[in-house]
Amino acid sequence: MMTTVQNTQDRRIHPQKFTLWVAIGSLIMMFAALTSAYIVKKNQSSWLEFPLPRIFWYSTGVIIISSITIHLALKAFKAREMGRYRQLITVTVLLGLLFLGMQYAGFMDLEARNIALTGPKSNSAASFLLVITGFHMAHVLGGIIALLVIFVRAYTSRVKNYSSLPIELISTYWHFVDILWIYLFIFYNWIG
Amino acid sequence: MSNEAVIHSPVEIGAHEEHGEHHHHHETFITKYVFSQDHKMIAKQFLITGMFWAVLGGLMSVLFRLQLGYPDASFPWLETILGKWAKGGHITPEAYYALVTTHGTVLVFFVLTAGLSGTFANFLIPLQVGARDMASPFMNMLSYWFFFAASVVMLSSIFVETGPFSGGWTAYPPLSALGDASPGSKTGMDLWIVSMALFVVSSLLGGLNYIATILNMRTKGMSMTRLPLTIWALFFTAVLGVLSFPVLFSGFILLIFDRNFGTSFYLSDIFVNGVGALPNEGGSAILYQHLFWFLGHPEVYIILLPAMGMVSEILSVNSRKPIFGYMAMIGSLFAIAVLAFLVWAHHMFVTGLNPLLGSVFVLLTLLIAVPSAIKVFNWLTTLWRGNIRFTPAMMFAIGFVSLFISGGLTGIWLGNSALDIHLHDTYFVIAHFHIVMGVASMFGMFAGIYHWFPKMYGRYLNNTVGYIHFWVTIAGAYMIFWPMHYEGLAGMPRRYYDYSIWESFKQFAELNRFISTVAMIVFAAQLLFLFNFFYSIFKGRKMTSLNPWQSNTLEWTTPLRPGHGNWPGEIPEVHRWAYDYGKDGVDFIPQTTPVGADESHH
Repeated sequence: MMTTVQNTQDRRIHPQKFTLWVAIGSLIMMFAALTSAYIVKKNQSSWLEFPLPRIFWYSTGVIIISSITIHLALKAFKAREMGRYRQLITVTVLLGLLFLGMQYAGFMDLEARNIALTGPKSNSAASFLLVITGFHMAHVLGGIIALLVIFVRAYTSRVKNYSSLPIELISTYWHFVDILWIYLFIFYNWIG
Repeated sequence: MSNEAVIHSPVEIGAHEEHGEHHHHHETFITKYVFSQDHKMIAKQFLITGMFWAVLGGLMSVLFRLQLGYPDASFPWLETILGKWAKGGHITPEAYYALVTTHGTVLVFFVLTAGLSGTFANFLIPLQVGARDMASPFMNMLSYWFFFAASVVMLSSIFVETGPFSGGWTAYPPLSALGDASPGSKTGMDLWIVSMALFVVSSLLGGLNYIATILNMRTKGMSMTRLPLTIWALFFTAVLGVLSFPVLFSGFILLIFDRNFGTSFYLSDIFVNGVGALPNEGGSAILYQHLFWFLGHPEVYIILLPAMGMVSEILSVNSRKPIFGYMAMIGSLFAIAVLAFLVWAHHMFVTGLNPLLGSVFVLLTLLIAVPSAIKVFNWLTTLWRGNIRFTPAMMFAIGFVSLFISGGLTGIWLGNSALDIHLHDTYFVIAHFHIVMGVASMFGMFAGIYHWFPKMYGRYLNNTVGYIHFWVTIAGAYMIFWPMHYEGLAGMPRRYYDYSIWESFKQFAELNRFISTVAMIVFAAQLLFLFNFFYSIFKGRKMTSLNPWQSNTLEWTTPLRPGHGNWPGEIPEVHRWAYDYGKDGVDFIPQTTPVGADESHH
C-alpha cells in the first residue's frame, strides 16, 4: 500500500502546486484585462505619450536577479545546505524590497516631471501605469510576505522540516511575478 | 490517493467512527460548526447563508413589486419597516432603485453563485469523485469566510444614511463613479464595491479548489469519463469563474481609482447638477462595460451550469435510465463554456458598437443555441420511456427543463442586434433572463436540495410540502414573467419607478398588479419551503436506507452521517460510469461494482 501511495504521488502533481498554477492562470487574466483596457484607451483621444522612468530598467534587472537567487535557494534547500539556503532567501527578500523601492522611485520621478498619476490633472496613460505597476507591486509584496514566513521558520523552527513544498510553491510564484513584470515592461515600451 | 496526503490520517478517522462520542474528537463547537474545514459543513454554511440572502433579496423584489403593482396605494406598514425610505407609506424613488440594485446584486452573486455553486460544488465534488476533502480545506474555509465578510459589508450598506448603492447591479460609471451623482453612489457604493471585491476573492479561492480537486483527487478508477455530469458541470463552472472574475476585479480597481483618486479611466466631459463641470477628461464609460460584461456573460453560465449538471443527474436517476448522450452532454458543456467568453458584447449592442462587430457577436451568440439544444434534446430523450419517479427533486428538474426551453427561446430574439434595438432595456429582457437564468437556476438548486437533503442531514424533506412548493412556484414563475414579454414587446422600459403617468404604458396597470400579486404568493411559497427545510433538519422522516434513490454515485456509499474524511475505511474504487441504470435488466449498478464477466458493453 505504501508503495502505491508513493508511486501515485510521484506521478501526479501535488494538488497545491496544481492550485497555484490555476491561480496563476487567474492572475494572467487579471493583467490581460488591465493591459487590454490600456490598449483600448490608448487608441482613443487625449493619450499622453511619455518616456518610462529610467529606473524601471534597473528594477527589471533587480527582479531578474532575485529570480536567480530564489532558484538557487530552492536548490540549496533540496541539497540540505541550510546555511546557504538562509542566505539566499534573505538576499531574495532584500532584492524584492529593493524592487518595490525602485518602482516607487519611478512614480516619484514621473511626478517630478509633472506627469500626474492621480487627481484631476492626471492622464489615463500615467494612471494606467500607476494602477498596473502598483497592482504588480502588490503581488510582489505578497511574495515577500510568503518568503518572510518561511524565512522566520528557517531561523526559529526547532522542528526540522524536510518538505520542500513551501519553498517550491513560493519560487514558482516568484518566477511568475518576475515574468509578469518583464511582460509589463515590454508591453509599456514596445507593445502598448 | 494523493487525498491521503492532504487529510493526513484516514485510519484515525476510521478509528473515531468506531469509538463513537466518548473518544476525544479534537473537534470543538468552533472547529466543527464555525471555522470548519470539512467540505460538507462548508457547503451547509454556503447554503444557509445563501438562503438568508434569497429571503432578503426576494423580499426586496416584493417591496418594489408593490410600488409597480400599486403605484397609488399607500402602505403605512412600509414606513414602519423602511422609515424615511417609505415616507407616507410610499417607497421613495431612491429606495426603489436601491431595492432593485440590491435585489439584482444579491440574487446574481450571493444566492445563485455562492448559494448554488458554493453549496453543491463543496458538497458534491469530494463525495462524487471519491476524495476525503478538497485539495486545500483551509482555502475552502477561507472561501466561505470571505463570502461571509462580503455578506456583512453588503448588509451593512442597507443601513447607512445615504442608502445602499442604487445604480443597478451592473454598477455602470459615471453613476457608480461619482459620489455626487446620487445618494446611493456615496457610502453605499463604497460598501458595494468592497463587498464585491471580497466576493470575487471568495469565488476565486473556491474555484481554484474545485478545479484542483476534480483534476487531482479522483479515487482509483474514476477516470474523467466516469464522472457524474454534476462534476463536469461544476468543473466548467469553476473554470469560467477563475478566468472571468479577475477581469471584473480589474474593472473594479479602475473604478475605485476613478471614485477615490480622481483618475479618468471611465469619466469624461461630465456636468453634475449642483456641482458643475468635472475636470475629468478622456475616459470611456464603455471600457467599464467591456470589462464588466466579460465577467457578466460567463457569470450567467456560472449560475446555470451547476443547475444543468444536477438536473442531468437527477433526471437520469429518477427516470431509471442512463443519461442520453453522456459525451454529447460533456461536449455541449464545453462548447457553452468556450462560447461564454466570446459573446459579452451582445449586452452592448446599443452602446454605439460597430455594427460589423455586432454581427460577429450575433453569430457567436446564436451559436449557443446549438449546445443548448443538444442538452435539451438529451434531457427529453433521457425522460423518454423512462420509468419516471416523480419525487419533488424530479419535479423541479423537469421544471428546470421547461423553464430553460421557454427562457432560452427568447434568447434567440435578444441575440439579434436588429431586434435588440427594439427590445433592449424593456421588460422583455427582464422576462428572458429571469426565466432562463434566475428561475431555472433556482429550480436546479431546489432539485439539488430535495435530492441531496438526505445525504446532508440524514432525513427527508416533507414530500407533500415539496409538491405544493413546486406547483405554486412553477405556475407563479410563468404567471409573473410570461406577461412581461408582452409588456416588453410593447416597448415598456425597465427600471421605471411609476408607469401610471405614461400614456403608452398606462394600459398595463392591471397586468402589473397581477404580476405583483403573484410575486407575493410565490414569495410566500418559498417561506413554506424554508419551514420544510429547517423543520426537516430536526424532525424530518429518518433515512432508513443508505441509498434512498437507488443511485449509482459514490456519495451514497458513505455512512449515514459521514465524518470529516467521508469514508471510515478506504475510499471505494470505481469500476464503471455513473449511469448504469436498467442495464441487462438490473435496476441500477453502483459505480463501485466491478464489471461482471457476462455483462454487456455499454
